[in-house]
Amino acid sequence: MSAPQADAIFREENAIEARGLVKRFGDVVALDHVDLAVPVGSVLGLLGPNGAGKTTAVRIVTTILGADAGSARVLGLDVVADAQAVRANIGLAGQYAAVDDNLTGRENLRLVGRLTHQPRASVRLRADELLERFDLASAADRPVKTYSGGMRRRLDLAAALVHRPPVLILDEPTTGLDPRGRNDLWDVIGGLVAEGTTLLLTTQYLEEADHLAHRIAVIDHGRVIAEGTAAELKARLGRTVVEVGFAERTSLDRAKGVLAEIGPVDVTTDGGALHVNVDDGARGAVVVVRTLDGAGIPPDRLIVREPTLDDVFMQLTGRRAEESDASEAEVAS
Amino acid sequence: MTVSVVAAPRGGVGMAVEDGLVVAGRNLRAMTRVPQVIVFSTIQPVIFVLMFRYVFGGAINVASVPYVDYLMPGIFVQTVVFGGMNTVIGLSEDLGRGLLERFRSLPMARSAVLTGRTLADLVRNVGVVALMVIVGFLVGFRVHTDAVSFLGAILLVLVFAFALSWMFALVALSVPTAEAAQAAVFPPMAVLVFASSAFVPVQTMPGWLQAFAEVQPVTITVDAVRALVIGGPAATHVLQTLAWAAGIVAVFAPLAVRRYRRTA
Repeated sequence: MSAPQADAIFREENAIEARGLVKRFGDVVALDHVDLAVPVGSVLGLLGPNGAGKTTAVRIVTTILGADAGSARVLGLDVVADAQAVRANIGLAGQYAAVDDNLTGRENLRLVGRLTHQPRASVRLRADELLERFDLASAADRPVKTYSGGMRRRLDLAAALVHRPPVLILDEPTTGLDPRGRNDLWDVIGGLVAEGTTLLLTTQYLEEADHLAHRIAVIDHGRVIAEGTAAELKARLGRTVVEVGFAERTSLDRAKGVLAEIGPVDVTTDGGALHVNVDDGARGAVVVVRTLDGAGIPPDRLIVREPTLDDVFMQLTGRRAEESDASEAEVAS
Repeated sequence: MTVSVVAAPRGGVGMAVEDGLVVAGRNLRAMTRVPQVIVFSTIQPVIFVLMFRYVFGGAINVASVPYVDYLMPGIFVQTVVFGGMNTVIGLSEDLGRGLLERFRSLPMARSAVLTGRTLADLVRNVGVVALMVIVGFLVGFRVHTDAVSFLGAILLVLVFAFALSWMFALVALSVPTAEAAQAAVFPPMAVLVFASSAFVPVQTMPGWLQAFAEVQPVTITVDAVRALVIGGPAATHVLQTLAWAAGIVAVFAPLAVRRYRRTA
């Protein structure tokens, strides 16, 4: 099987680089000066809730949508001026599994192979290989409308890989999948990354970004509000989170008041519990407990744990990342 | 770490043709698997033939020739106009399912989605018109002229159908869902087909309707096809039909292409 003819060697650091991307849909600012950089061979997780602008950013990087301002390059190719060359080097799998229901899995992959101008014989081999790899071989000749959600996503991802693109862009690849489907897909994506594929991944699942991405850009209301490795983002919070729960709302409100006085802690209301971020681990936890006890409001629940990305998002935005807000549905998705 | 960068495809007319054919092949394959398309394309026009031939036909008087010979040219044109619904449904479903997003992210000819759609519809129309010819002969339809004129008549129907698919493509890309597209297309489609010479002589209609019916493209095309199969002066009708077809393509193809490029 012949490899695609390499016409140039890319030696720079960032496989994907976006600068100052701005996109408006009417009065809605979907992207507000977004910068992104994905080093070759790495995974950038673009993390944010529905409507944050993730899909808009993906559509600009993949040449589907033009930006109002700013620029984006993939392997040094401009997404507007060199759009066809960019397309030859990227694979896109979207949150709305874009496969043809009326064709079989095999036919779908061959279609993409033909449309990326691979030789017919190698398209056949590649389709068989991908069907095997994505555990779709036994369903290869069934129309896609008979597939489960997880199978469709795997086929969609396989379709993005037919032409062996060095850069892969996945827009919420596991949204709507059950935990098992999600884990299967994570394994597959992890394998691709291990082979050296550069990946830009959008997700609204903190766990997914933590699991798959080397670096994470947190996006909210069209702005990147934080960027770093998962560890760096967590470090912004202090080393330990003390979670205290109260059965009564009045106790919770009083506790919030007294805890805010004991020093550099961040108190966030979340349902019936408080999250207190402390720097000095177990000792900080003791201070929290003593303070509450001294005030006569001992907690009903107490958890001392490492911070998660959920805490990061909470601290950055004051909301949970996975809250879906209907009024903020992804713009023009 | 270094990456081998794949060059952009050559592009040009060769790629546009190749990609258009690949997409057309995909559309035809998909069509055979949607029962709705088969019904729209075959059973419905057959019902029209039978209904007008045996139910309404007896009450319609067209003087010079048996009604079935008057009817069939109308049926050929009516079939391809109503068949445009397949263009509309197919393209809006691609849009709704995100397939157009995928196509846009591939290094393929930008024109291929639309040429592939209109080409596939052309092939479907060849099949459907052939079926209508057979059904027509079975219910007593006779060609009064010769084989060459008849072939010319069929070609004219196909040319007209191809032109219309560009109009339907524009509609499909302009409305949000396949259902909305169907709803948007059906009323004008029905007006064009029924307020024409397809089933009854235009002279039997009230004056205001005649004024519309006489100049609209379905009547022009039906009259041209009728002249070619029944006889009589055909040249003017044929030229007018070709002018309509060219005009429809000239207006709607660029609009559809522009719309496709902009559809977000």
